[in-house]
Formats: sequence, structure tokens, C-alpha cells
Amino acid sequence: MTARRTFFGASFARRFGLGWLGAGYLFLYLPIIALVIYSFNDSPIPSVWSGFTLKWYAALPADREMVGGLWLSLQIAFFTACGSVVLGTLAAFALVKYRRFTGRTLFSGMVNAPLVMPEVIVGLSLLLMLVSVQRALGFPERGMLTIWLGHLLLGMAYATVVIQARLQDLNPQLEEAAMDLGARPHQVFYLVTLPMIAQALFSAWLLTFTISLDDVVLSAFLSGPGSTTMPLVIFSRARLGVNPSVNAMATVIIAVVAIGVLTASYLIARAERQRALAMAAAQRAGG
Amino acid sequence: MRRLSALWTWLSHGRTVVIGLPYLWLLAFFLAPFLIVLKISVSEMEGVVFKDVLTLKEGLLQLTVKLSNYVFITQDDLYFATYVSSVKYAAVTTVLCLAIGYPFAYFMARAKATLQPALLMLVMLPFWTSFLLRVYAWKGLLGENGWVSELLIALRLDHVLLAAGLIAAEGKFMNTPFSLVVGMVYTYLPFMILPLYANLSKMDLRLLEAAQDLGATPATAFWKITVPLSKAGIIAGSMLVFIPCVGEFVIPELLGGPQTLMIGRVLWDEFFSNNDWPMASTVAVVMVLLILVPLALFNRYQAQAQEKRT
Amino acid sequence: MSAAAQAFLQIQDVVKDFGGGAVAVNHVSLEIAKGEIFALLGSSGCGKTTLLRMLAGFETPTSGRILLNGQDLAKMPPYECPINMMFQSYALFPHLTVWENIAFGLRREGMAKDKMVERVETMLKLVQLGKYAQRKPHQLSGGQQQRVALARSLAKRPQLLLLDEPLGALDKKLREETQIELVNIIEEVGVTCVMVTHDQEEAMTMASRIAVMSEGRVLQVGAPSEIYETPATRFVADFIGNVNLMDGKLTEDHPDRVVIDCEDCSHLVGHGITGTEGMAVSVAVRPEKIRLARIEPAGPHNRVHGTVQDLSYFGSFTVYHLKLRSGRVLKISQSNVDRHRDDELTWGDAAWASWTPSAQVVLTQ
Repeated sequence: MTARRTFFGASFARRFGLGWLGAGYLFLYLPIIALVIYSFNDSPIPSVWSGFTLKWYAALPADREMVGGLWLSLQIAFFTACGSVVLGTLAAFALVKYRRFTGRTLFSGMVNAPLVMPEVIVGLSLLLMLVSVQRALGFPERGMLTIWLGHLLLGMAYATVVIQARLQDLNPQLEEAAMDLGARPHQVFYLVTLPMIAQALFSAWLLTFTISLDDVVLSAFLSGPGSTTMPLVIFSRARLGVNPSVNAMATVIIAVVAIGVLTASYLIARAERQRALAMAAAQRAGG
Repeated sequence: MRRLSALWTWLSHGRTVVIGLPYLWLLAFFLAPFLIVLKISVSEMEGVVFKDVLTLKEGLLQLTVKLSNYVFITQDDLYFATYVSSVKYAAVTTVLCLAIGYPFAYFMARAKATLQPALLMLVMLPFWTSFLLRVYAWKGLLGENGWVSELLIALRLDHVLLAAGLIAAEGKFMNTPFSLVVGMVYTYLPFMILPLYANLSKMDLRLLEAAQDLGATPATAFWKITVPLSKAGIIAGSMLVFIPCVGEFVIPELLGGPQTLMIGRVLWDEFFSNNDWPMASTVAVVMVLLILVPLALFNRYQAQAQEKRT
Repeated sequence: MSAAAQAFLQIQDVVKDFGGGAVAVNHVSLEIAKGEIFALLGSSGCGKTTLLRMLAGFETPTSGRILLNGQDLAKMPPYECPINMMFQSYALFPHLTVWENIAFGLRREGMAKDKMVERVETMLKLVQLGKYAQRKPHQLSGGQQQRVALARSLAKRPQLLLLDEPLGALDKKLREETQIELVNIIEEVGVTCVMVTHDQEEAMTMASRIAVMSEGRVLQVGAPSEIYETPATRFVADFIGNVNLMDGKLTEDHPDRVVIDCEDCSHLVGHGITGTEGMAVSVAVRPEKIRLARIEPAGPHNRVHGTVQDLSYFGSFTVYHLKLRSGRVLKISQSNVDRHRDDELTWGDAAWASWTPSAQVVLTQ
């Protein structure tokens, strides 16, 4: 069906759109660009450019506080991601497979709430509970374990959203077919369901890893002496003012993430294209 | 899905684990803490120990509830002003994110289909890099001689901002309401764009063609068809921005100043600086009450979105 | 069905009640013989799919029994039944190759490796997909995917094969070719087959017996010709093919013939029926059984006069809509035997429709 009238000023709309998108992307990337550029600034004051240098990068490995924080954050992020994916898969299954069970609304509310709940509230409440438990049972001490618990709460919410979306798109006849062919329910899960949601599980893992790595508020409430995560190190330095060591660390992180995301996107796009070509070829060959 | 659940109930103990484990976990680590916060907000603090709320005195159950914190909050001007200010900043941020994000998502959804995954990825990329670092970067951009500062001065916008009361002194953009709003809008913009894009990209363009065929101008078609159909995306995005913004702490701490009252900072200070746990708890409870309605809205939207997909 | 050939599959008074007033299957009893292809035919919502799913084990009957070769299946989970199903969406596992898809059921059985290889190769040869064994489902066309689905469902040599709308996903041309191929393969393997479809053509060409279902009940069971030429109720007569239904009253009741008077015409039916004089009945006449001509045929029964209100040309035949005096429209289908006809009927022409005393079916339901 062809429209009788073209959009008023179609070229205007297109140019306006391009302009808006361009300005928007510039806004989004400006801080990143600034961070990267000033990490090479010889002067510790960012507003003054006094020459290109790599000294801040050179100083990074010796920066015990930063390196220690990074190591701790990576560990916590790893365990958070693993735990979130497990809990998220269970929760997603519960929500998708079982339409009716007692307390479903409460369950769904609790699963989704950490997505939007201000972290100060989550951090405070979790900490107060852990302190009460500690008073009663003598453990856990505030430290890596408690931070992990807090991150797990947040990560589970994100993981559930991602995995739930994939589960809902799954053709239920696939699992029925597996059962029809003799697979018992747990076999159906391992042989059919799991391979099909594998990509979503991986995305959920990466997402929760990133969120945990980046978290400030929960970590602040739940950390103890000797368990300072990297964001906390950066935060305390940032509060005092601009600090080139932070810029250097930031650029390293940005580089790693950018390479990772771009590679993943490229690989996925290529796989999709190959798949589309295969399907088209099959249709043409007919039969 | 009804059929499948009938199947899975055969292995009923499987079902119990699948639902039970995350449920118990959430009850223990999400709900129970809230109840404890509630309890502590009404507890008397003796040194560092909380006096029990429920005690057995002479064979009678006694309920010792200290409501003075709540009374204090409602009567104290500063607390009240801070809550109002937090909601205001959150609202302003939401509106600005909508104003910037909607056209952004709209043009993304109307771009060439092959380009869209790349555009989406470019929006997600900053999201994957640390938000803390990007907020920190604004300290540099808006500080003395920072790029954005210079730009604003060159465009003479600093006079406008000064007149609007958004900055305190000429040329000083940091630690002002202005810098706070910029930081919050910057951080939460992707949270607005993504649900909007998800919604707009799924819209059937033939509806617009039908509208045009019936005599609507592009502007009318936009306001009467596109916008109403994207209502779900608008609500989701707004809730994803508004609710966390109310209790935001990091951005006000790094980019805000003495002028910018935010309840997240108050809670932090009560806890870490004053060590007044009952007060911090009270602040938290009142904050939760404030966001209860948007929270319920968000939950309903999530449930509806799930229903639609099945 | 001779008593000697005891029914292989017995569905005994099965009911499926989903609660809230939704009774999907309402006291259905069927007997299916070994080796036959049996179709459940009906429009959507008639309960045929629910019944099929109960056979497969995905739903449990609220009451009633399902006996396969004497064994009660009602409570068995699908992974224990000697029954396999070919799904409407084919449900091929996208992450497995064609070979692995077919071998899936055999692996679950724990079949020995060399035996499994032999069986998969046999299946591939049966559906002529040997060359595609290492491809993944998305690399196959729709027709090829269907053949893989069929091979997969036959690999375990099930006692009963279930087909859920087998041709639904194919376009018209492919459907015709596949219909015959499918039946040939099933008959070659010799497996008993129950299929579900809403497409009458599919049911009539593929099945040896059909059960017409509506609102959870079976209205009639019989061979395709039986269902078509001797429908048991008005619904069945109307559901299958095209039909002219005329209501009338039984005016003469003889053991070897009856006369029924309708508004427009009088029927002389060449056989007796169980009924009483004065009874209200319906007469069904298929469009192809009626002759259309300009010349008045001999009367007084089995003829009616009218004007051609409409005609549709289908190439090999033409359907005429003849408007009768009462306003009722009669549908008549005539083969175009000659390439040209000088006196061809066209819009507005007056004509006589006539039929033989063996053309009608008298219906009391």
C-alpha cells in the first residue's frame, strides 16, 4: 500500500533525526572520550594539557590499593555472576512454567523489585539483617561474603529478566517432542531446554558480572575492613577530586569492555547472517 | 503453558525446588531485611544494642515502639524539604530523559533495519562500562576549564543558568543543581531509551500508513497513534528512571553540592557519619512509602508484559 | 469391523474436563484397528487436538480408559508410552543435526550403537534424506523438515503414530505431493496412525476411516465415502463438502420408497426409512448429483424450476446458484465435459434442476 502523501519534509525529518541521534551519541560518549584522553595527560590537573605521557599507566601495577580492589572485585563479580545465573534460571522457570502457585504475585514482585529499588535501601536493609544474624550466630563477618550476597540479590533480578524473556520465546512443542521420544523431565532440561537458552544464560552471566564489578552503594554498606572493592577505591578518590590514576584505570576498563562487546556483536551478527543465508538457500533448493 | 505445567507436576519434587529455592532465598534476603528495617526504625537504641521491641515483663507482653523518629521526620523542615527535593529532582530527570530519549528511540526504530543492531549496541556500550567512572568524568568536564564548562561559557549559557538559579556563581558549574541533573540524566538516559526502543521497534508501521490513507498528517499520526501505542514503553522507562533516582546517592555525592538535598545522601550520612541506625531505618521506610505507588505500577507493567508474550 | 480383528486402540468413554465449564472431550468412544489410518476431523475447538494429546500422554483424561493393545495408557507419562507424535510445528531440535534428531529417541532407549546407526540409516532412506544427514534444521526447506519429523517419529517403531495437522504448514502444491508420499510411507512401515486435521480434503485422501467431531463429541465414524455419501446428521452433511439441505415433511411412507414434500419440490427417495408419516425430516442432495437443463424433465418428483442467479467458473467444473420460487438457492455443480456448449446457461436463464431417487440422503438429526 503506497501512501498518498509523503511525510511532510521527509528529508527534513531524516536530517533532524540524524542530528538528534548524532547529538545523543555525542552526549553519551563525551565522558568516555574525555576519560581516555586525559589519562594520557602529563599534568594531574585535567583542565591543563601539559603533554602526552604513559606514566599514570606505568604507576597502575604498583598501586596496591587499586590492584587489590580490582582483584577483589573480579572475584566477587565472578561468584555473583555464577550465583545469579543459577538463581535467575530457577526463578525464570518458576515464573514461566508454573502459571499458578500460592504467593506468585509476591514472588514476582520480589524478583523484579531490586531492578528499580534504590540501592541505599537494599544495602541498608541487608546490612541490618546480616548484623542481627551476626549478633545471634556469630557469623558472617562483613566482608567478601556479605558483599557477594548483596550483589547476588541485584544480579538475580537482572538475570531473571534476561532468562525469562528467552524462555517465553521457546516453542513448548520442543520439550513435548523430547518427552514423546522418551526423555524424562530432567533429560529434557539438559538435552533440549538448556542448549536452547544457553545464549541467554551467557548474556545474563556477563550482565551480572558487569553490574557486580561496577557496584558502589551495596559494596559500601556490606564491606568490612580489608574488603575494599575497586569501585569503592575509585569512589573515595573521586570524592576528593579528579585523579589521573582513576583515568588510567578507567581507560583500561573501557578498552577491555569495548573490545569484548564489539567482538561479541560482530560474532553474533556474522552467525545471524550465515544462518539467514543457509535458510534462504534451503528454501530455494526446495524439496 | 498450562499444558506444560501439568507435565512438570509429575515430578512434583522438582517443582518444589524450582519455585521453593529462589522463593526462600528472596524471603530471607529481601523481605526479611525490610521487616528488620521496620523494626529497627521503631527501636530504642541503647549504645550499640537495640532494645527489644517485644518484651516479656512480669508475664505480660509489652510492645515498646519508639515513634519519635517518625514524628521527627514529619515535623522537621529539613527532612521534609529533602524528601520533596529528591522527588523533584527525580521527576525533572525523568521528564528530561523522556524528552531526549523518546526522539532518540524513535529515530533509532525508524532507521534502516540493518543499522539498528549497531545503533542498539552503541547505546548499550556505555552502559557496560562503569557508570561510576563516567559520572566521575563529568567532574572533569564540568570543572574549571573543563570542555563542557568552556562550551557553556562560550555559548553564554552560564548567564541563563545563573538566572534560573541552577548554578551559584558564574563559571562554576560543578556541585550545583545543574551538574546534578546533568549527571542523573546522563546516567539514566539508556534506561529510558531501551524500553522505548523495544516498544517502538515492534510497532506496525502499516498503522501509520493506514492513518495517512485516512487523511491524517504526519504530526497527527504521531500524536494520535505512535505515542498512545508506545504508552507501555513510556511508563516502563519512566519507572526505571524515577524510582532509583529518588534514592540516588553516588551522583549527588560526586556531582551535587550543599544546595542539592537528596534523601539518599541523608540516609548514608545518618548511617555512616552519625551511626544513628534507627534514624537511617526511618528514613528508609519513609522513602519506600514514597516510591510504593510507582513501584506497584512498575510491577504491574512487568506482569502485563509477561502476559502479553504468552 | 469384524469381531475377530479386536480393536488395537480402544478409546473408552473418555472425558476431559478442564474445569470452569470447558469440557473439551465429552464421552468419546472409538475403536481403531491395527494398521489403519484414522482421522479426527473437525473445526478448531472441537476437542480433536485434546483427544490426540491424551493419546500421546500430554493430558490425562478426567475419566475413561485408553487401551493400546490391551494396555491402559491413561496414566502413563509420554516418555513411557510406545506412541510417537509428529508435531504441527515439526519441533525439530535446532541445535542437533538431522541424524541426531532422528537418533534422539533411540539414544533415550539405550539402543546399541551399531543397531542405532542401522536404524537411522533406514529411516533416512525411507524419507529420502540421506544426503542431508549432517544438516541442521534451519538449513532445510519446509518439506524436508517435515520428512525429518516423520522419520524421527517412526524411528522407534512405535505401536501408534500420531499426526497433528501434518500438512498444515505446507503450501497447496506441496500439500498434494506430500499427501500421497506420507500415506505411502506410513503404509510401507505398516504402523497404525491417528491423525488430527481440520482440512476435509486431507482427511478424505489420507485416512481409511474418519471420525467427525464437534464440541467434544463424535458425530459420525466411517470411511470417507460413507461420511460423504451417507452423512448421519445435518451438521456432518454440511461440514463435509457442499450440500443442499431442504426441510420437509414425510408424506408417504413405503417399505421401498418414501415421498417427502418440501417447500419447492417433492422428493421421491428410492429406499425406505425408519419414520412415521407426517414426520419432519431434512433432505440432503450434493451439488454434483443434480442435473441442470433447459428442458423440463419428467415429473412430478425430484425436479424444481428456477433462475440462474450466479455462476462460478472453476475450470473443470462450474457451480450454478439456482434461485427457486421460494427464494431458496440451490447449488448445482456441473462438469465441463465439452469445451464448447451452444446452449450454455448464463445469468438470468431459467432452468430445471433434476436428480435421481438415489441421489438424496434423508436426515432426521
